[in-house]
Amino acid sequence: MTEDPTATFRVEAGELLDQVEQGLLDLGHRLGDMALVNAVFRGLHTLKGSGAMFGFDALAAFTHHCESAFDRVRKGEVPATAELVSVILSARDHMAALVDGAARQAEGDAILARLAAAVEAARGGGAPADAAPAGAQQGVRLFFRLPADAMANGTNPLMLLDELRELGEAEVRVRTDTLPPLGALVPNECHLGWDVTLRGDITREAIEDVFIFVMDDMTLEIAPLDDAAPAGVVPVAETPPATTIAAVAPVAAPAIVASAAVSPAVENVRVPADRLDALMDRVGELVIAQSRLSQLANNRHDLLLRSVTEDIERLSGELRDTMMVLRMVPVSSLFGRFRRLIHDLARDTGKAIELQTSGETTEVDKTVIERLFDPLVHIIRNSCDHGLESPADRIAAGKSETGLVRLSAHQAGGEVLITIVDDGRGIDRERVRAKGEANGLIEPGQQIADDELLGLIFHPGFSTAAQVTNLSGRGVGMDVVKRTIESLRGAINVASEPGKGSTITLRIPLTLAIIEGLLVRVGESRYVIPLSAVEECLELSLEDDLRSRGRSLITLRDRLVPFVRLRDLFSTGTRPDPHQKIVVVATGRERVGLVVDQIIGNHQTVIKSLSAFHRGVGSFSGATILGDGNVALILDVAQLVAMAQPREETLRAAS
Amino acid sequence: MAATDTSWNARGELEVLTFDIGGETLALEATMVREILDLLPETLVPGAPALVRHVVNFRGRIVPVADLRLAFAMEAGETTADSRIVVIELPIDGEPTLIGLRTDHVREVATLNAGASEEAPAVGMRWQRDYVRRLVRWRDDLIILPDLTAIFAAVLSPRS
Repeated sequence: MTEDPTATFRVEAGELLDQVEQGLLDLGHRLGDMALVNAVFRGLHTLKGSGAMFGFDALAAFTHHCESAFDRVRKGEVPATAELVSVILSARDHMAALVDGAARQAEGDAILARLAAAVEAARGGGAPADAAPAGAQQGVRLFFRLPADAMANGTNPLMLLDELRELGEAEVRVRTDTLPPLGALVPNECHLGWDVTLRGDITREAIEDVFIFVMDDMTLEIAPLDDAAPAGVVPVAETPPATTIAAVAPVAAPAIVASAAVSPAVENVRVPADRLDALMDRVGELVIAQSRLSQLANNRHDLLLRSVTEDIERLSGELRDTMMVLRMVPVSSLFGRFRRLIHDLARDTGKAIELQTSGETTEVDKTVIERLFDPLVHIIRNSCDHGLESPADRIAAGKSETGLVRLSAHQAGGEVLITIVDDGRGIDRERVRAKGEANGLIEPGQQIADDELLGLIFHPGFSTAAQVTNLSGRGVGMDVVKRTIESLRGAINVASEPGKGSTITLRIPLTLAIIEGLLVRVGESRYVIPLSAVEECLELSLEDDLRSRGRSLITLRDRLVPFVRLRDLFSTGTRPDPHQKIVVVATGRERVGLVVDQIIGNHQTVIKSLSAFHRGVGSFSGATILGDGNVALILDVAQLVAMAQPREETLRAAS
Repeated sequence: MAATDTSWNARGELEVLTFDIGGETLALEATMVREILDLLPETLVPGAPALVRHVVNFRGRIVPVADLRLAFAMEAGETTADSRIVVIELPIDGEPTLIGLRTDHVREVATLNAGASEEAPAVGMRWQRDYVRRLVRWRDDLIILPDLTAIFAAVLSPRS
């Protein structure tokens, strides 16, 4: 299978652009941080290089301008300014468009013009912010060692040495202490280290510049040549001197380790999602075949066969668990994308907004993460636009000027809870009520529970914003959010305190691929009911069944609950079992009893989607394969509940 | 209604799989066919369109099973030892979909000739005309090239 190399580049470019974006957003807060400037510069540089390699010439040319501008910041010629960061951010968006091939030339030109203006303005802004003179030194002694695969990755140590020589009078000595014996020597690996003594007026930054593209993996120690060097000139080391390699040349002052800390590289393999899905299918089949084998083995009194079967059972179980984890990604990849959103919202609304995130390491199925993005964007927009007040209002209300939006995630059982909290004005209940009455959702003056009142915002066409802004308030919001969350088999909940802010909680299953289900029999067919929706199971006695012919209602703790006979709904044409069961399922506050003939038991289920022919049937959300290889349909609880509800309402009205 | 085109090759030939349903012989492009299976345990989908009322487990995938007899108003027949499911792949709503076709008997792979084929006649046919792409004379038989796209489109958006 040959893959389009540009597709790989697109994925890589997307990641680079994300890195650049995160770097820029951080830089916006800490304009003087040279490490960030360097990180952004490296990202742009790599993007330019690989872009040109894959034939994205327009991208390479455009990125080149941004890279040059950043190079000047890096060299201290121009300080980083908020305007510059914001221009490069929009340039980043243009690069993303260039990668997708959806860019407009005029837009790029406009950005470049703004970029030039921003650089000019920044230069006029006086001395560079962080180009603090590193001071003159008599010289430095440095030691560096490249990773063994440096040459394979295109780094030429000779060029680095040449660059060092350009800085001043240099004396280079090679260290061969880690050289393996000749028999074990791989000729294209780099095992040499170099001691370099540089004399002259050389700054630490100049030296680090030489190594900028290899810095992450290498060992670099820089020490002043003369221990009498003026105090304060030596930059502070990030790593304690204790980690200095003992073999360093004897220097009076403790040698300073620049970026010796090499984190053990975790190897990653990029795999197309459909291959993972195919693997998942195979594993699912294996589990089914294994359960058939177990059944066979249990019927025979063959100890050897049994012990092999148990091994296979354990292995296939482990294999499935491993398989599940493969698809999980941390939510940080989701949360990270909102920093930009908040940045843009703050600019558009003129509010000061701070985003706090926690629990980024919580892992969720990749598909779930992708489908959560849009609803979360909407909720965050709502929080910023409607929830948070203007700075003046906030000060008047005795709050800090900066509004706070907090995103957090944590795992609870088989679910992930994602909460979006703002410290704004809260939801205006009077307005919700007025709007609900105007839309005929509630009767004027009707008593209604608080959470039901707040739940009205999830009704279609419901928007309390007095003004429709281009951010939110178009009335196409929260109902779509709710539907998306429900399609993920999740739930959404809102709480709000006037003047203090609102909290929106999303409960999302960890994975879409597997659910815990209750296996039931209706007539001759078996069905799966998602266990998360099941509240309780009761018996429906024959008398109750006959008595309830007309009204299909049972009393459950003083509440009337409508029930649906699945035998009738599915027209099985079979006679009811003498001991029918009612499985009470719920979505939100609505409950419905489903009458089944038999409850078979719990069943962990790999969900398979239905074809276009059966997706429209409505009562089923998918299907699964049972231990014996047969197919069982998974009931769509939300649909069944909705189907049963109108009857309840007519009954309420009648009574 | 533009019928689905039949892609005869440069020599006016078409390689097909022929099979029997309800006493008639039908043919489908061999390239469309994925697999021929013995009958599998089928699961009824309550409320589903009559033409595709069941699903089967085809190697871990849930595949709808279609009964073409209903599209051609044929008598329902008993399953026999010769009954097979022919699994084909067909784009439905733009996505490639696997569909099992219930057949009474799978015959062979044959090469049909464009010259021996003709349009479905406007009169004198028991079947709905837009469900038939061509009728092809082959040996002593008359083979139907059904228009599956039209048949399944009718299931997805039923005409009133």
